[in-house]
Amino acid sequence: MSKTVLTIDDSRTMREMLNHALVEAGYRVIQAVDGVDGLEVLQANAGTVDVVITDINMPRLDGFGVIEGVRANPEHRATPILVLTTESDAAKKERARSAGATGWIVKPFNPVKLVDAVRRVAA
Amino acid sequence: MDPFESIKQTFFQECDELLTDAEQGLLAMESGEADDETINAVFRAVHSVKGGAGAFGLEDLIRFAHVFETVMDEIRSGKMELTDEVAKTLLRAFDVLADHVAAARDGGKVEEGRSQGAYSELRGLIGGEDEEDDLGGGGDEDFGFVPLTLSIEGEEAPGGFIDLDAQNAEAGVEIPATDQASRDELASWTVEFSPKSEMYAKANEAGLVLRELARLGETRVTLIDDTLPPLDQLSAEQAYVSWRIQLFTDSDEASIREVFEFVEDDCNLIISRDRAEPSVAEPADDGLSDDDRAAAASANADLDIAALLARVGGGDADAEPEATPESVAELPPAAPPEAPAEDVAALIARAQSVAAPPAAKPATPAPTPAPVAAAPAAAAAPAAVANAAPAAAASVTIRVDLDRVDRLINAVGELVIQQAMLSQRVLESGLARSSNVALGLEDLELLTREIQDSVMAIRAQPVKSVFQRMPRLAREVADMTGKRVKLVMEGEGTEVDKTVIERLADPITHMLRNAIDHGLEDPEGRAAAGKPAEGLVRLRALHRGGRIVIELQDDGRGINRPRVRGIAVERGLITEDQVLSDEEIDNLIFLPGFSTAEVISDISGRGVGMDVVRRSIQGLGGRISISSEPGKGSKFTMSLPLTLAVLDGMVVTAAEQTLVAPLSAIVESLTPRTEDVHYIGGKDAVIRIRDIFVPLIDVGVALGFRETAIDPASGVAVLVESEGGGKAALLVEAIQGQRQVVIKSLEANYQQIDGVAAATILGDGRVALILDVDALVTTQRRKPAARPSEKRMAS
Repeated sequence: MSKTVLTIDDSRTMREMLNHALVEAGYRVIQAVDGVDGLEVLQANAGTVDVVITDINMPRLDGFGVIEGVRANPEHRATPILVLTTESDAAKKERARSAGATGWIVKPFNPVKLVDAVRRVAA
Repeated sequence: MDPFESIKQTFFQECDELLTDAEQGLLAMESGEADDETINAVFRAVHSVKGGAGAFGLEDLIRFAHVFETVMDEIRSGKMELTDEVAKTLLRAFDVLADHVAAARDGGKVEEGRSQGAYSELRGLIGGEDEEDDLGGGGDEDFGFVPLTLSIEGEEAPGGFIDLDAQNAEAGVEIPATDQASRDELASWTVEFSPKSEMYAKANEAGLVLRELARLGETRVTLIDDTLPPLDQLSAEQAYVSWRIQLFTDSDEASIREVFEFVEDDCNLIISRDRAEPSVAEPADDGLSDDDRAAAASANADLDIAALLARVGGGDADAEPEATPESVAELPPAAPPEAPAEDVAALIARAQSVAAPPAAKPATPAPTPAPVAAAPAAAAAPAAVANAAPAAAASVTIRVDLDRVDRLINAVGELVIQQAMLSQRVLESGLARSSNVALGLEDLELLTREIQDSVMAIRAQPVKSVFQRMPRLAREVADMTGKRVKLVMEGEGTEVDKTVIERLADPITHMLRNAIDHGLEDPEGRAAAGKPAEGLVRLRALHRGGRIVIELQDDGRGINRPRVRGIAVERGLITEDQVLSDEEIDNLIFLPGFSTAEVISDISGRGVGMDVVRRSIQGLGGRISISSEPGKGSKFTMSLPLTLAVLDGMVVTAAEQTLVAPLSAIVESLTPRTEDVHYIGGKDAVIRIRDIFVPLIDVGVALGFRETAIDPASGVAVLVESEGGGKAALLVEAIQGQRQVVIKSLEANYQQIDGVAAATILGDGRVALILDVDALVTTQRRKPAARPSEKRMAS
């Protein structure tokens, strides 16, 4: 069965890009439009999400909140989380890491690298 | 379509939305009404624009959005104070940002000076820093967007996508990754990899890292488990084992290091290049490829369990089945943080739960800490997959091709006509109104109406898309005229048919320009009049009586009536002695050829006047009027039908033709009395209705169906009011009744005809023309009865 990736990003463009690259690579993709939505969707799909990809800057709940929310949930404590970040956001990358992010994807991403990163964390 | 073109389109659509949001936020910031969330939202919007631009390599846009974003970031973090000046700079820069988006979309370029000017202004706000920041340098290479080509064959191993199954199928049992001959040419590296517990806490897995490493070349993996305590002393949260890997690869150290990118800070990592040639004996080759071996690693969990179990009894580290050099061992993935310390029994249970059902969930990323909690989740999983997916991806909107909607609307239009015809035939057949058929038809009619309304609602869109262009326009016109303007918009969410919206943009644009250019005084003038320096223009949309009403109000000088009157006389639009009400004078500005601007500025006077505005509104079946109060300002009111597809009409008979007059234009209908009808110059009829004389227009004559008018007393006069308040009475033979009709464009199917707005198909299947009331009235008034010497009949 193909693995499921939950993508959380408020940008439709970004979601479509993620979606396209991941679906092309054989993943099943679920989309969420902000942090709150992301956690809800994750809960609704408890146990079936293999990797979470989240943006940092989002309305309602940002990416750090998502990481904390996922890690606080016993069901998803061990689900890999990749954050979407820009090269200049070194501090954010670090903050995401210490919050419990598994890895990161530098925006703008090359689809091959994206899939590579997902594969690297998806068991 | 190329998926990337499609995503690019999405990007530009999204940009429109983001820019709208950003602009609203910026306006709120300017007026001091912005809270933190508003500022954040502006930041995010610009950030998203930049992000998408980055993905498509739109360098100019990236550069500009970046500096904009930086300013927003400083503001939201409180490093920069949001002064009026800052807000104004941002608004100006916003227009340039929007231009950059448009340029990127249309393949153009923003004028260099304009872009650079705004760029420098933003730079100036940040201050102190160098002209070019990180963007110019190292970041750039990341902006190249490589279209996705996930070909399985063509990829280099590092970073590429290799389908394990496909490769094995081709390679059979041979060693595919690196054959013996080439291995000698490959460098040998030794990698020592010791994860810390933090690594596992972040859901990283050693097994995956090792598998990733194996993609670079052939690996020999040695498990180092010297520090692994007996099971009863094992803490679930600790990391005990480490690995030494010998790697034969042509990749460089950076590539090897990249494998550890995510875990580098949470492990001890030593990567060193072996000096000697790897002349060691061949590893006891099991015929498996590295990939196979790595893939097998996850299935090796039972091996570790056996070892662990052995230690529970033995307590020492002698009997180690996993000590063979080539075994890649994977600890049952380490416990997440905050997991309660488990006892031995639980640990065993957990280990078994991992090992036992490999077929059930082979893809489990990591076992959940407590099996008790995990079990129900696992059981629930298939169900969740089955029904959660649509819910999760659910969106409240769908995108539908406009053609499809129009086809549906057309079909429903035909349905309405068909239903009307059926009703009429049933009626004619003499069936009683209370008969089952008639009652059923009544229900059908209600239902048809409902379907029609619902379908029309699909095409309805908020006027926001037009309104959102206005603030920028207001700023531009204000800049050019040296006036200060505050534009307040209300009712952006008011919905109206898409076609109406599209055709509203020009009239509103023109009226807004006029309001600022002609309506508002300059700051000195305003000060002299005791008004605030900043002029107020209010743009409002609302629903009223089944129509959409758009009002544009300014607090400027109002219509200068003596001047308007003077100009109208000068241009021969009215005679000097003609008595006009204030309202009528105001509405003179809608007459063709009227322009009060003595010097035609390039803002308002583009060769088109208010008459063009009025015509385009009328073309939409709408009305426009003005009310003005000298010194206090003017208010333009447009009222438009919500849809162009149907019309409430009065069906009349004239010259044996069945015609439809738009109900919205009709004031009343009456039977003319001979003594109320007067003829001016012997031919042009006027009728007195409650002490007001209005032209009496024989519709049959006006449309050319007949030469001479009928006797007014034998017909019915329908009093209509045109835009601008002009009234006239249309003389017809009879009124058949009110009916909603489906509009069929004459222009699209035939050609435009003066006095006829469109056509429709009636219940009995006959075609009926829909009267263009305004054209009829205007034609009559322009050849006014008051000047019999110039009299020309409308026909």
